[in-house]
Amino acid sequence: MADLKVQIIEALNLKHLKPEDIGDDQPLFVEGLGLDSIDALELIVLLQQKHNTKIANAQDGPKIFKSVRSIAEYVRANQAAA
Amino acid sequence: MKLYINSVGIISPSLQASGEWELPRVDENYLTCIEPDYTQWIQPQQLRRMSRIMKMGTTAALMAVKAGESKPDAIIAGTAYGCLEDTATFLTKIIELKEEALNPTPFMQSTHNTIAAQIALLQNCQGYNQTYVHGAFSFEHALLDAGMLLTDNPAQTILTGGVDELTKAGHAIHSRFNKYRKENTPYLISPAGDGTWAGEGAAFFMLSGADESAVTIADVHTFMASSSEQAFHQLDNFLKQNQLDTNAIDFLLTGKNGDQKNDLFYDQLIETRFSDQAVGAYKHLCGEYSTSTAFATALAYTILKHQTVPVSVLNSSLNTPIKTLLIYNTYGQHHSLILLTV
Amino acid sequence: MSSGVYVAGAGALSAIGHSYATSFLALKNSTHGIGPLSSLSSIYKSTLPVGEVKLSNEQLAAQAGLTKPVTRTALLGIHAAREAITDSKLDITKWRTGLVSATTVGGMDRTENFFPDFLKDNTQGILSDVIHHGCGATTDLIAQALGITDFTTTINTACSSSANAIMLGARLIRQNKLDVVIAGGTDSLTRFTVNGFKSLMILSDELCQPFDASRKGLNLGEGAGFVVLVSSRVLQEENLKAKAILTGFANTNDAYHQTASSPDGRGSFAAMQNALIMAGLATSEIDYINLHGTGTLNNDLSEGTAIARLFAEKIPAMSSTKSFTGHTLGACGGLEAVFSVMAIEHQCVFANLRFETTMPEVNLTPQTKFEHKAVNHVMSNSFGFGGNCSSLIFSRSSIE
Repeated sequence: MADLKVQIIEALNLKHLKPEDIGDDQPLFVEGLGLDSIDALELIVLLQQKHNTKIANAQDGPKIFKSVRSIAEYVRANQAAA
Repeated sequence: MKLYINSVGIISPSLQASGEWELPRVDENYLTCIEPDYTQWIQPQQLRRMSRIMKMGTTAALMAVKAGESKPDAIIAGTAYGCLEDTATFLTKIIELKEEALNPTPFMQSTHNTIAAQIALLQNCQGYNQTYVHGAFSFEHALLDAGMLLTDNPAQTILTGGVDELTKAGHAIHSRFNKYRKENTPYLISPAGDGTWAGEGAAFFMLSGADESAVTIADVHTFMASSSEQAFHQLDNFLKQNQLDTNAIDFLLTGKNGDQKNDLFYDQLIETRFSDQAVGAYKHLCGEYSTSTAFATALAYTILKHQTVPVSVLNSSLNTPIKTLLIYNTYGQHHSLILLTV
Repeated sequence: MSSGVYVAGAGALSAIGHSYATSFLALKNSTHGIGPLSSLSSIYKSTLPVGEVKLSNEQLAAQAGLTKPVTRTALLGIHAAREAITDSKLDITKWRTGLVSATTVGGMDRTENFFPDFLKDNTQGILSDVIHHGCGATTDLIAQALGITDFTTTINTACSSSANAIMLGARLIRQNKLDVVIAGGTDSLTRFTVNGFKSLMILSDELCQPFDASRKGLNLGEGAGFVVLVSSRVLQEENLKAKAILTGFANTNDAYHQTASSPDGRGSFAAMQNALIMAGLATSEIDYINLHGTGTLNNDLSEGTAIARLFAEKIPAMSSTKSFTGHTLGACGGLEAVFSVMAIEHQCVFANLRFETTMPEVNLTPQTKFEHKAVNHVMSNSFGFGGNCSSLIFSRSSIE
């Protein structure tokens, strides 16, 4: 999850944050980090580019991207075979 | 028409944070902006997503709003090429990633009206919002629209501006049309040479229809001209419509860009109509780009307000107080006139 | 002299027709023009449903009297604007005439062909491909082809662009700066926009279903739509027939998010309300709304919510003609203004194709079929990225 946090900071250009600033279970959207729908799309791209994991429906985004932990779990469960 | 300038916000290659105009440092054949600390103007949460032109345009607008001490009722921007860097980034990604898994941010930012939209978001301005993209007339048409809004309802404040950015790709492409100086030269306007310098900048104005501020944009006119005769005819009509003749112009601010072929027109103009007036130029301070007249208007505002002309701008002697200033700019066959008074 | 602004002519070019008349026939017969992408080299060729104009650049250039094609955006624009002028039967050289056009794409159709070579080596790429990249340059090509010299400008506010162009045209006439304005917009399909909308995940891989509970997104389209706006003086002195009157219009900003509309559709609500106020009309007097209706989850819900709130007393007939043409981006305001004028001229409302189930959040049922009925006032909505909300109202002209 530490690597994932670094990638998220880079993908969303959260230059003002360090990985330690993002809690494993901290809400990412609406409250917490306050990310929005464009960030959700960028995270979908991140998962596809860096983790070989596809999300077909943008609507599933909020559920999957609830926290760093939920993202990590989703990747583990759905990553395409290398 | 009558647009009263309440305040100005400007980011340019020559305006220092101190408020002083200084001769910019030229990099080969282009000038780039002195950029402020954007974190002083925009929250990190919004700043993170913004490209350079977004930051420039938005911050110049916020500067004008702060200096004007009021909130805008409408926002009108002019930009010839919009978010050029984002456009190039997205085009590049399409090629590199072969149309797969593309990041949405550069595409979303690349729409020309993103700057006016971002300003509206930050100011929570739900009023009229417009973006003009008509090449070298983009800023002038933004002014014309603001003028029309204020004619309908003078008791408003319209945040109006012009912005364009210099990018590597943009400069490389324009260079192939032989527009720019091939040798490093310290001076742009005088002596004139072969080619000009590329530039960029953002300038926004809080404009109102009520007589609060002294400096006024009295009229704006844009036209295409393929000969000096056509151009002079348009100029004479413009002045006549404003009950003026060339003698009434205390200061002519020209769009001379240092390219001798281009500047021939201005020499003819000065010789035939402005031989007795104070004359100046501004593109050595901002470079040549489509919305440079936004910079020129900001410079004109400062001149009229403080009644002094920066030394490098003046090409002749100055004897009279400056009450009436005419900006005459050309960009290829695009000619524009902006008349300011105080 | 009244301050009325009259529509004296109209021109349309899209996936459903190459003229005003053929477009109307397609709308009447509920025949859409959306099919698999064929004109662009892209990984989405043959699969992505889009609304293409079935005319090549060579054909368009030949029709325009050009020796070789320029950017497709300009070619589409010349075609539709020329039809509008011919339709008006007006000699525009007799009057102060302006062209107010709109585009989001500009010359990108050629630029994106230049870019691959340029990217490898910046001395490569054919320069004539980028000479008209700028939006303003494409409009200048249209003005040149039509012989318009008094005033030309270009607006780009994403999907509301050409509705805003029509608004500016009306204001220029009302303030007596021009007598005649050819106003509207044009956009061509490009890899840039196809991939752009793909990256926003709002494209449907099926035929779009605006305002339907199962809608999955929009289909992109291309085209051009222009109206000839004239003052009452021109109308009377030239003895022209007005197809419709532009009686109300408004532009507001949602100021909510860069690409998403506010859930309560506050920007669209205000734009529609302000247009009604200008027109001096009650909501119950609107007979037909030509929806922005892109078919995306966000737009349709936001627009639908605003309409349900504003027209609570009496919901008018409504449909999205994007179900026929796809979303023509910078052209949609102009094109749909022309369709709104058609609705008045032919006293009818058009179908909202492929609608089956109302959205659960708002109880709105669009027109499911073409229908002749009394149509006195039509509202046309165009809502763009950056929260730009525009609404136009066209009314039946009493001047025959």
